[in-house]
Amino acid sequence: MTAPIDVVCGLRVEKAGPLALLQDAGRFGVRRLGVTQGGPADLHAWAWANHLLDNPWGAPVLEITLGGLELIAEHDMTLALCGADLEATLDDKPWLSWQVVSVTQGQRLRFGSARSGARAYLAVAGGFLAEPVLGSVACVSREGLGGHDGHGRSLAMADRLHIDRSCQASSRERYVGRRAPGKERIDYREPARLRLIPGAQISEFSGVSLFAAFNRPWHVDSRADRMGVRLKGPPLRCRLSTMISEGIPLGAVQVPPDGQPIVLLNDRQTIGGYPRLGTLTPLACARLAQCLPEQEVWLVAETPQHAQEEYRRFRLRFDVTAVPGAASHR
Amino acid sequence: MTRNLRLPRLEHAGIDAWLVRLFDEVDEANMPWLTALMRRCEAMFASTLIDMVPSYTTLLVHYDPLVLSSHEARRYLESALRDLVPDDESGSAEVKELSVWYDDSVGPELKRLECVSGLSRDQVIEVHCAREYRVFALGFAPGFAFMGRVDERLAVPRLDTPRQRVPAGSVAVTGRQTAAYPRQSPGGWNLIGRTPARLFDRHRDGFSLLRVGDRVRFVSVDRVEFERLGGDTTPVEERS
Repeated sequence: MTAPIDVVCGLRVEKAGPLALLQDAGRFGVRRLGVTQGGPADLHAWAWANHLLDNPWGAPVLEITLGGLELIAEHDMTLALCGADLEATLDDKPWLSWQVVSVTQGQRLRFGSARSGARAYLAVAGGFLAEPVLGSVACVSREGLGGHDGHGRSLAMADRLHIDRSCQASSRERYVGRRAPGKERIDYREPARLRLIPGAQISEFSGVSLFAAFNRPWHVDSRADRMGVRLKGPPLRCRLSTMISEGIPLGAVQVPPDGQPIVLLNDRQTIGGYPRLGTLTPLACARLAQCLPEQEVWLVAETPQHAQEEYRRFRLRFDVTAVPGAASHR
Repeated sequence: MTRNLRLPRLEHAGIDAWLVRLFDEVDEANMPWLTALMRRCEAMFASTLIDMVPSYTTLLVHYDPLVLSSHEARRYLESALRDLVPDDESGSAEVKELSVWYDDSVGPELKRLECVSGLSRDQVIEVHCAREYRVFALGFAPGFAFMGRVDERLAVPRLDTPRQRVPAGSVAVTGRQTAAYPRQSPGGWNLIGRTPARLFDRHRDGFSLLRVGDRVRFVSVDRVEFERLGGDTTPVEERS
C-alpha cells in the first residue's frame, strides 16, 4: 500500500492453452448498456487465491480453463494457485492447488489437463496489473473488453502478465506454505448440489416437470462455457415458450423449448426471453463452473434469506476490515 | 398519454436482485415510466445500487447484498414506485439521428423488404426513416439497441440462417424492431443499410451512443456523405 508500484513483467506465455483470462470481481454499473459482468466463473476459488496472499477483494487473477498453458517466470514472485487440479507443475515437480509458492526467475509453470474441476486460479502477490476497461479488468472475449491487453483476448504465445515487484520480496517469508483449510478444498468430482432460489416463471412449469427438476439428477452437457452451462435430463415442460426479453441475473436457470435447462453464468447476454425456474446462488454458480461434461448435479431449492446469509458469511471471510459497502463490490 | 401504472409486481431474482414487472405488453409509452423508475432507484439506493437492466416491460435492479437485505431492497423499490410519474416528454428530450446509407452492397435484404411489402426501394427507405423510434432495451452486445416499433409493412422474420459476420454499423430490421450492430458479430436480422455512427466507444463519456428510452430517427444519406462521415463501404460478404 505504501510503496510505489514497481511494474515489471512477471510471467511470459511459452505455450497457450484453450483459455486463460485475467479476471477481477467483474464489471458492474454498465449492464444497462448491454455490457455483461464477466469476472471469475468460480468466485470461491478465485477469492481464495487472492486471500492466501492477502490481496484485496477484486485483485486481478488469471483464470486457467482446462490446462494446456505454459508460463515462464521473468521475475521472482509469490503465487497462489486455487481451484481445479490441472496437473500443475513447477519445473516438472507437482504443484498442488490451494497453496502459496515462491517462484524464481526462469522457472517454468506448466498446466496439463483437467483431473478434478475445470478452472484453476493463479494469483500473484499484489495482483496482476492491467488497465481497467469500463471500470474493470474482467476479460470478456465476446465483447472484446478487459483482460491483459484490454481487448478481451485469451493469453496467447509470448503474451506477458505484469506484476508489482515491490510486493514480491516482502511476501515471500510471510505467505509461502500458506494453505486453504481442508473444507474449502472442494473435491469437484463429487456430485454437486446446486442451491436454486425459485422464482421467475416457475409457476408456468408443469407439476411433473417441477418434480423432475428437483428430484432427478442432471448431467452437465459438453456445451458449457463462460456464458452458460447446459444440463441434460428429463425435458421440462413450460406453458410459455418465449417471452418479452428481460434482464437476466447471474445463475438464472432458463429453459428453452427443448426443455433442457441452461444456467447462465458471468458472460451471459444481459437480457433474454426464455422462461426461467429461478436463480442459482453465486456459490452454486461457482461450483457448477468446476463441473466437467457428464458430471452429475442436483438442483436444491433454497430461500433467498438463507442464500443471502450464506453469501454474507462467505464474503465477510475475505473482507478483513468492516464492510465498506458497494465500493468493495465494484 | 396519461395512463396510470397498474400494480407493478416484484419478483425475486437471486440473492442480490429484484425484477420489477411494470407492464405486460411492448409499448413505446412504457419507456418514460422505466426511465423514471431508474432515476428514482439511483436516488433511493445510492451507493448500494450495483446495476440496473431496463428492458421493454421490466427493470432488473441489482443491489449490494452485503449492505441491504432482500426485504430492505424490496422496501426501497416499493417507495420508489409510490406515486411514480413518467419522465416528462414535453419536447425537451432530444431525438438522436443516425445517418444511414441504404444500399444493396451493405443492406442485402433491401430486396426482401421490397418483395414482402410490395413497396419500391425508395418507399421502403422512406417508411424506415419516417418514424421516430424508441429504444426498448440494450442487449445482445454492448451498445446494441433494440428499437421500435417499425411500420408493419416492413415486418419480416429473422433470416433462417444467421450470418457468421455482420459488419459493424449494419442497420437491420426484424419483426417490428430495428437496430444497428455496434461491432462485427454473428446476427440473424435483415440488413438494409449501414450507419457511420460509432454506437459503442470505450473512450467516450457514457460509452454507448444510445440508451434505453432514447428517441431515434434514421436519416438517409448517399454514399458520398456516408464516406465523408467515416463510413466503411466494404460490402457484406456472401453468406456461406
